[in-house]
Amino acid sequence: MKKFKLILNSILILFISISNSYSLVEVDITRGNLNPLPIAVSPLFQDNNSNTFFEKELEIKDIGSEISKVIENNLKQSGLFNPLSKDAFLQKPDIAHLKPRFEDWALIKSQALITGKVTAANEKLKVEFRLWDVLAGREMLALAFTTVPSNWRRVGHIITDKVYQRLTGEKGYFDTRIIYVSEEGPKTQRIKKLAIMDQDGFNTKYLTLGNELVLTPRFNPTNQMVTYLSYFRNLPRVYLLDIETGMQEVVGDFPGMTFAPRFSPDGKKIIMSFAKDGNSDIYTMDIENRIVERITNHPSIDTSPSYSPDGKFITFNSDRSGYQQIYVMKSDGSNVKRISFGKGLYGTPVWSPRGDLIAFTKLHKGKFYIGVMRVDGKGERLLTENYYQEAPSWAPNGRVLIFYRETKSNDKGEGFTAKLWSIDLTGYNERMVNTETDASDPSWSSLLSN
Amino acid sequence: MNLSKILKNTFLVILLSMVVSACATKKTATKIDSQIQGDVYTGTDTVEYLAKGVPDRVFFATNESILTTMSRDTLRKQAAWLRENPSVNVVLEGHADERGTREYNLALGERRANAAKDYLMTYGVSADRISVISYGKERPVDSGSNPLSWSKNRRSVTVKAN
Repeated sequence: MKKFKLILNSILILFISISNSYSLVEVDITRGNLNPLPIAVSPLFQDNNSNTFFEKELEIKDIGSEISKVIENNLKQSGLFNPLSKDAFLQKPDIAHLKPRFEDWALIKSQALITGKVTAANEKLKVEFRLWDVLAGREMLALAFTTVPSNWRRVGHIITDKVYQRLTGEKGYFDTRIIYVSEEGPKTQRIKKLAIMDQDGFNTKYLTLGNELVLTPRFNPTNQMVTYLSYFRNLPRVYLLDIETGMQEVVGDFPGMTFAPRFSPDGKKIIMSFAKDGNSDIYTMDIENRIVERITNHPSIDTSPSYSPDGKFITFNSDRSGYQQIYVMKSDGSNVKRISFGKGLYGTPVWSPRGDLIAFTKLHKGKFYIGVMRVDGKGERLLTENYYQEAPSWAPNGRVLIFYRETKSNDKGEGFTAKLWSIDLTGYNERMVNTETDASDPSWSSLLSN
Repeated sequence: MNLSKILKNTFLVILLSMVVSACATKKTATKIDSQIQGDVYTGTDTVEYLAKGVPDRVFFATNESILTTMSRDTLRKQAAWLRENPSVNVVLEGHADERGTREYNLALGERRANAAKDYLMTYGVSADRISVISYGKERPVDSGSNPLSWSKNRRSVTVKAN
């Protein structure tokens, strides 16, 4: 298997100052936001020497402006912010960064302002930025980052995370990646590859070549490993992939199919289904010592296990009642309780990183829904209805879900597509996520930096 | 007088159109019915043969792994053929339609293939000649998105392994 290297350059964050002074700008993310906050992202400015250096290094003109576009796009996609058109800006970027003329920014109805400066320092990329409260007329946040120039997009994501956190009070989800299955070809002979990309659809890399069917990749908590199902040599088994080295190994080498893998929250175990003689049960395997534990023992199908963030509970999918429903049990397999009681079938339960909700797929009267319920099964809320969609995965802050959606084919099999979509927990801000090819089975990483 | 006449005519027209539309529904229904019985595909469009008169596949109802009378008949023919050809090993490939979640469908495909395996074993084919693989919904034989296509895809296919 070919080796793939993904350079996970750590970003050195230099702290300048954080002013947590009282501010007038605030964004409430617990409700659907129909009035996104008007924000101005002034292009980050750079001196001529730095400009020349980065143009040579990255073959990009005006890197400061490009970074500001990354931030703007992130803010817009979040649905909580309305980045204003740069055409309306009255103040030049360099002057604004030193001391904004707040009246000018208020005039264009901006409530918050981001300014910044990019410099080449010892062949590194140094980015300073400030977040300003236009209404209160004061600085809210100021930080600087130094990193290798090729990391420039990540700088944009980290700045967005800081701004999001300062204005909403919640951690962001922008400096993250999505691992998914890239799909090509006709439905009857679909070619599937593991692919990884930044949360905004950039920097796509393919991790397998498409020679064998691969499904359901999931990150470990540190985002360096991925567990997934591969049909290598026509033996469907759970595999482990080290993203940095490209090393792959089978971990679910049982006398039958292993599938539906996920990591435990401490990253030490893989929980998965093992199917034998027509019966699927849930097992765990310790990655280090390979000790296997059987968690469920029931003649029904038990699959799609997902741990609670504290590791004490597992939610899973079982048809022991006769049809697919969602269950919760203690992590040793005891105390099994059914939690889904609404009309229809329920599948793919996945525990929120905040611990309070379980996201799921529901099938009812020929429609597929992505929804959430509390961990006791109460408070079911359906976020989106469609012809076919499934497999939600949580953003690390537990505010957004990513899933995949397929379209209906005609009788000749034409018109079929598979795409990634995201939606806020509020049920608002439903968006297609850009991918180079058709895509399915998305899994959201945790924050790459904090 | 006039009004009642108009009403009468309208009524007749409505009645007539109801009869026509009822005929239309019945016609399409019988067309599908001839290939699907109780949600199980009974046609031969996709069927291949292991030998003359020995169909290679059996079909299932939505979410089910129960073998129908027709499936059991097919599997008895397969078992007889396998007993006559003791050097042949087979792989049973279990499949699901596209209207289910991926992971559950993998388990369901495995359950279907095993239902077929168990039946072959009952009719004297030893377990070590049969292996089982589930493709879930990953390898449909018919790429349409309609009840007939789905019924063709809910299947267990017996494939020669050597």
